[in-house]
Amino acid sequence: MNLHEYQAKILLNEYGLTVPVGQVAESVTEALAIARQLGGSAWMVKAQIHAGGRGKAGGVRYVTSEEELAQAVNALLGKALITYQTDMRGQKVQKVLIAAPCDIKRELYLSMLLDRASGKIVIMTSTEGGVEIEDVASHTPEKIIKITLDPLLGALPYQARALGFQLNLDTEQIKEFTRFVLGLAQAFIAYDFSLVEINPLIIDQADRLVCLDAKVVIDDNALFRQPKLRAMRDSTQEDDRENRAHAWELNYIALDGNIGCMVNGAGLAMATMDLIKLHGGHPANFLDVGGGATQERVTEAFKIILSDAQVKGVLVNIFGGIVRCDMIADGVIGAVKEAGISVPVVVRLEGNNSDLAAEKLRDSGLNIIASSGLTDAARKIVASVAENA
Amino acid sequence: MSILVNKDTKLICQGFTGSQGTIHSQHALDYGTQLVGGVTPGKKGWKHLGLPVFNTVAEAIAETGANASMIYVPAPACKDSIIEAIDAGIKVIVCITEGIPSLDMLYVKAYLKNFPSTYLIGPNCPGIITPAQCKIGIMPGYIHQPGRIGIVSRSGTLTYEAVKQTSDLNLGQSTCVGIGGDSIPGMSFIDVLTLFEQDPDTVAILMVGEIGGTAEEEAAQFIYEQVTKPVIAYVAGVTAPIGKRMGHAGAIISGGKGTAAGKFKALEEAGVYTVRSPADMGQAVASAIAVV
Repeated sequence: MNLHEYQAKILLNEYGLTVPVGQVAESVTEALAIARQLGGSAWMVKAQIHAGGRGKAGGVRYVTSEEELAQAVNALLGKALITYQTDMRGQKVQKVLIAAPCDIKRELYLSMLLDRASGKIVIMTSTEGGVEIEDVASHTPEKIIKITLDPLLGALPYQARALGFQLNLDTEQIKEFTRFVLGLAQAFIAYDFSLVEINPLIIDQADRLVCLDAKVVIDDNALFRQPKLRAMRDSTQEDDRENRAHAWELNYIALDGNIGCMVNGAGLAMATMDLIKLHGGHPANFLDVGGGATQERVTEAFKIILSDAQVKGVLVNIFGGIVRCDMIADGVIGAVKEAGISVPVVVRLEGNNSDLAAEKLRDSGLNIIASSGLTDAARKIVASVAENA
Repeated sequence: MSILVNKDTKLICQGFTGSQGTIHSQHALDYGTQLVGGVTPGKKGWKHLGLPVFNTVAEAIAETGANASMIYVPAPACKDSIIEAIDAGIKVIVCITEGIPSLDMLYVKAYLKNFPSTYLIGPNCPGIITPAQCKIGIMPGYIHQPGRIGIVSRSGTLTYEAVKQTSDLNLGQSTCVGIGGDSIPGMSFIDVLTLFEQDPDTVAILMVGEIGGTAEEEAAQFIYEQVTKPVIAYVAGVTAPIGKRMGHAGAIISGGKGTAAGKFKALEEAGVYTVRSPADMGQAVASAIAVV
């Protein structure tokens, strides 16, 4: 689960990391009130969306008057911001962060993430802050310093100091940096982060360390034990269909093709998408119908797949391990009727009673094509969709 | 032969009296697995499916001599259940549950380092089966056939495809291990490949991978250096978009890493036979063996 910048900053601040003073606004009026409260005559206006690249897309503005502030907020709120990290439709800006600007002396990079390969928490830091870390990784990888933390120990001061020395921080800055790193590790563990990225972590003119930006991703599997974070969920930043599917315990991800897929099992679902492509088709989605391919869930799955107007046919591929295929066939037939489907549906069922299932599908009188295997199913759906094009 | 489990394995079920524990314990018994009892704290003395229920894993081992455990416990309690099994001396722990927090698995893995002869399979996996001997997990027993192909996979139903194809070709399977779809699993591809390489009855290995992480790439390096038996691999997710979690917690391409293309390349460079269609796995194994 993604958090907004302003939410990430709240969490980091709890663990002793300094963030710029500021608050979110949902209207021009609120924004002005916040600016007046902050005082001064210059402010940062930052669009809050679950994507990076906001700066280059005009989503981060430095304003030096109340008029400019109002203009900037007006220009951003309620509109989609398209960045190189969003799709063509961009992400809707519902909130803007109004913050006091900082006088930047140096920009550093600091992040922490779970490293799958080592099974440890990795801290990455670099003197190259304020730029894309992926660019640093490809052009000057030696400028990225990594250490791993033993999860049972968390971060130790000597580790933070060692990083600080490599960043050429002075003695006072290292003390502060150590506080930050230790606090960050504690927050990481307490809040089940998958990733936290502070880019840039700045040193201001008064030699203070400040988190100018913060990105946090929370481990979805840990949400059950993070009620405060659950409440921070912003589903307006998520895909509607994906959310709808989630509510039915279906896993759905939209792609841009025209052949819908419904499969049980994530690996098999990905393999089915790949199979379609191999046979000259274009998958429209990933959908894992999970362990219970009941008529209800299959119906809902069809509806979600077909809510994508581009879909011209659906491939249903189910390996019914313990569940009987003829029962799944009943479910598919019922679902096709209930959802009122008119595009061709190719069904491949494997497992118990698969022959009986194929018979039922053939006798259903619906535009359901039974298939005898993976390759046959892929060829049939690609052909049916091409025919009806 | 086989790896890790066979007809002599004595299995208990943690979460024995819950609905999933019950169903899959019954299926294990139906298959002929030597299930000897189970654990549900507070229900000591009960009989369930004709077998004794214990309060703790340690008790279960003391009374039954169990050496393997399958865990059907809700995600929030899995770290606890796994560590209880480790501490009690279970040698093969199979955790089926999906949804365990990554940090919990980080702790479990760190703790496992103290127990070098204990194996953890999963979590978020279908389990492990040595056909006609021992079935631990949710896989349908009837599609399996005793044989010579070792199968190791991150998937569930996609693994069953691989099994059915190799059974239909009368190759059969020595043991099938589902290592699961999470980012931080217990046994890795390398851990299982090591055992298959040492198993006299496994003549070839079929690896089923997917996008996300670097497990296939690391396995490729290991295969190049240390595996002499033919390895065949299929990787799912060529058409997966960047940055999206494709069902499994570990199936996500991020920072340019973890693509199916990258995995195919690494495996091919290591001399692994790869297939691009999931329909071709069985035939590729047959061809690879014929060549040897």
